[in-house]
Amino acid sequence: MDILYKVFIEPFVFMGEAPDLLIQTLWEGLVSGVLYALIALGFVLIFKASGVFNFAQGIMVVFAALTLVGLYEKGVPAFLALILAVLVMLVLAVVVERVVLRPLVNQPDIILFMATFGLTYFLIGFGELIFGGNPKEMITDALFLPQGTTELDMLGGMVRFQHLDIAAAIIASIMIGLLAVFFSKTRIGRALRAVADSHKAALSVGISLNQIWVIVWFAAGIVALVAGIMWGARSGVSFSLQIIALKALPVLILGGFTSIPGAIIGGLIIGVGEKIGEFYWGPLVGGGIETWLAYVIALLFLLYRPQGLFGEKIIERI
Amino acid sequence: MSFRKIGLGLAAATMLAGMALPALAQDSVYVPLFTYRTGPFAGSGTPIADGMHDYLRMLNERDGGIGGVKLVLEECETGYDTKKGVECYESVKGKNPVIVNPWSTGITLPLIPRASVDKIPILSMAYGLSASARGDIFPWVFNPPATYWDGLSMIVKYIGEKEGGLEKLKGKKIGFLHLDAAFGKEPIPLLQELAKDIGFEVALYPVAAQDMQNQSSQWLSARRDRPDYMIMWGWGSMNGAAVKEAVRSGYPIDKFYSVWWPGEDDARSGGAGAKGFKMLNWHAVGTNFPAIQDIQKHVVDKGLSKAPKDKVGELLYNRGVYNSLLIAEGIATAQKLTGKKAVTGEDVRRGMENIKLDPARLKELGLEGFTDQLVLSCADHNGHRAAFMQEWDGTKWVKISNPIEPMTDRVKGQLEAAAKDYAEKNAGWPKRTEACDKAS
Repeated sequence: MDILYKVFIEPFVFMGEAPDLLIQTLWEGLVSGVLYALIALGFVLIFKASGVFNFAQGIMVVFAALTLVGLYEKGVPAFLALILAVLVMLVLAVVVERVVLRPLVNQPDIILFMATFGLTYFLIGFGELIFGGNPKEMITDALFLPQGTTELDMLGGMVRFQHLDIAAAIIASIMIGLLAVFFSKTRIGRALRAVADSHKAALSVGISLNQIWVIVWFAAGIVALVAGIMWGARSGVSFSLQIIALKALPVLILGGFTSIPGAIIGGLIIGVGEKIGEFYWGPLVGGGIETWLAYVIALLFLLYRPQGLFGEKIIERI
Repeated sequence: MSFRKIGLGLAAATMLAGMALPALAQDSVYVPLFTYRTGPFAGSGTPIADGMHDYLRMLNERDGGIGGVKLVLEECETGYDTKKGVECYESVKGKNPVIVNPWSTGITLPLIPRASVDKIPILSMAYGLSASARGDIFPWVFNPPATYWDGLSMIVKYIGEKEGGLEKLKGKKIGFLHLDAAFGKEPIPLLQELAKDIGFEVALYPVAAQDMQNQSSQWLSARRDRPDYMIMWGWGSMNGAAVKEAVRSGYPIDKFYSVWWPGEDDARSGGAGAKGFKMLNWHAVGTNFPAIQDIQKHVVDKGLSKAPKDKVGELLYNRGVYNSLLIAEGIATAQKLTGKKAVTGEDVRRGMENIKLDPARLKELGLEGFTDQLVLSCADHNGHRAAFMQEWDGTKWVKISNPIEPMTDRVKGQLEAAAKDYAEKNAGWPKRTEACDKAS
């Protein structure tokens, strides 16, 4: 009975007793969720356009952030470094399209997936060669990202909101909104959706597959840069950031591999779910459950919607 | 294929093998350095690797090696990965290394049973298996100058003194933020034992390797549990992220203590809010020592180091120097004991057991005041030396305590039980057959 009480009653009693901590946990979960969503978005963009699961998205986050900080450390002014980092991501997109994707057109998806593995390890080695393996500090001040904390007395306690977290949530939301408009309202966006539906049909109406791939990898590169700046500002820029990108996997399972809204909603559910789970139920098993809890949440959703919350239902004729 | 081609191939292979095995030369000893300059733990691994390499390289450049023999240095990148570390060991063991430094508790553990078979001493400096301090059970393993259990007991003792005595910790809560790996879990049995004896409560906060830079849950939990003190057993990017999160979450930073692994960059990452963060240490920082100035002169200024000039003398760089000081002293002592120049792993094991780094010897080595004295013996492979507490003042570490002796009375029993337990659980664990030197 004691264990049942601890699992089913005690956490909810504690939520009622300390509502400020519940709000704080929800806030931390939302901020993490937005950042997971940002990483997941990079995966979705590339998957939509090419059907490739880009394993390199995590290292692209690190590479973009390191490029920005590395250029700044070499004396390049912050905003010029930001522009140059964007250009580096464009060059990366062009190189990936030319060297990796184009020669592998019409190969099975698994071959392209394996190619992104290769790209990951190349970028790790190349990044370490150029920038070294040491963690670096994000140039938060130089980019005028807000610092500090607002402490609000509420619900009989206190809730802390980091200004950086608020900025991260706002910037990520703007980014997601812009991408949604870009892909739904512009000509390129419509072309991308056409490519996502059928490569052959898109080619037959004159859409350049190569151009679309460059655009989409570039967009994923910009998303990676923003995610790198935000995660880097929170906890430093190092190669261990690429492991956090694996958190995008349950987000994708949950939201669907092809849905931008799915990435956002999935990110928020995973972010909030893992924080709430770790905070209220983690102590029952000695803590550290958030590492796998995200996958459990995603798998539970999968039982009811195998294609994810917003994924396209796949019907194949046999 | 003709016999001529086979013959030529064999000749070429023999030549290549000869080139690849410089350690076999009679005028040199082979010292592999297991390092990690890449991956999530490179932030800690790189400065240590630089310090280790540069001290030994300086001996080569300044003195022509040790006792007239050159040191053949070779780095093997482990990435702090146990599998890669064991691969490194397998790749170097045929080259007759005189000592191996795994630089990871996870790598040390699988190497312990191999050491006695391969006759290669293992130096796990202030990390690894605490119980391996027992020379009678682990004759091939050395973990000076203090074990993780010593370190934990020192932190508990220090905060106990702050409270007005160990007994005042009764009813308090101590949070333990640790990497969820062999290294981070190593001191937990002692912490729980101390909690039972003294009467404080323990809250464990494990951090998975993939969440080292995503610690908001742990610090939220700390806010829920309200530990009176936080003790950290972190490594790599976990340390800097923890300091940042502690500041972010509003945890009183002056109640946040760490074992001896964070560096300046880790503390710096917390900004002004990190002022007051404390950690254990047992050696000096800075370059104000003749030996380190010789490193600058003979290695760094000549472009033979990978370290940026401004990083020489920082905490983890000097930690690497200390590690190499032990290697060099083990080799020098072995030469003295055996009368040989090109000593072997078996000789260096004896050398390590006879290390006597007293103030006079430290002065002779150009490291006067760099660290406390260290004497190892046949039975004691650790020394269980005192460490001191230092505090981050916003720009540098400041020593804030006298030497804190480990709680030997509490640790000794645990250590002996753990060593005995290890030998029993590993069926066929060999009884020590290596003779002790008179001096040790």
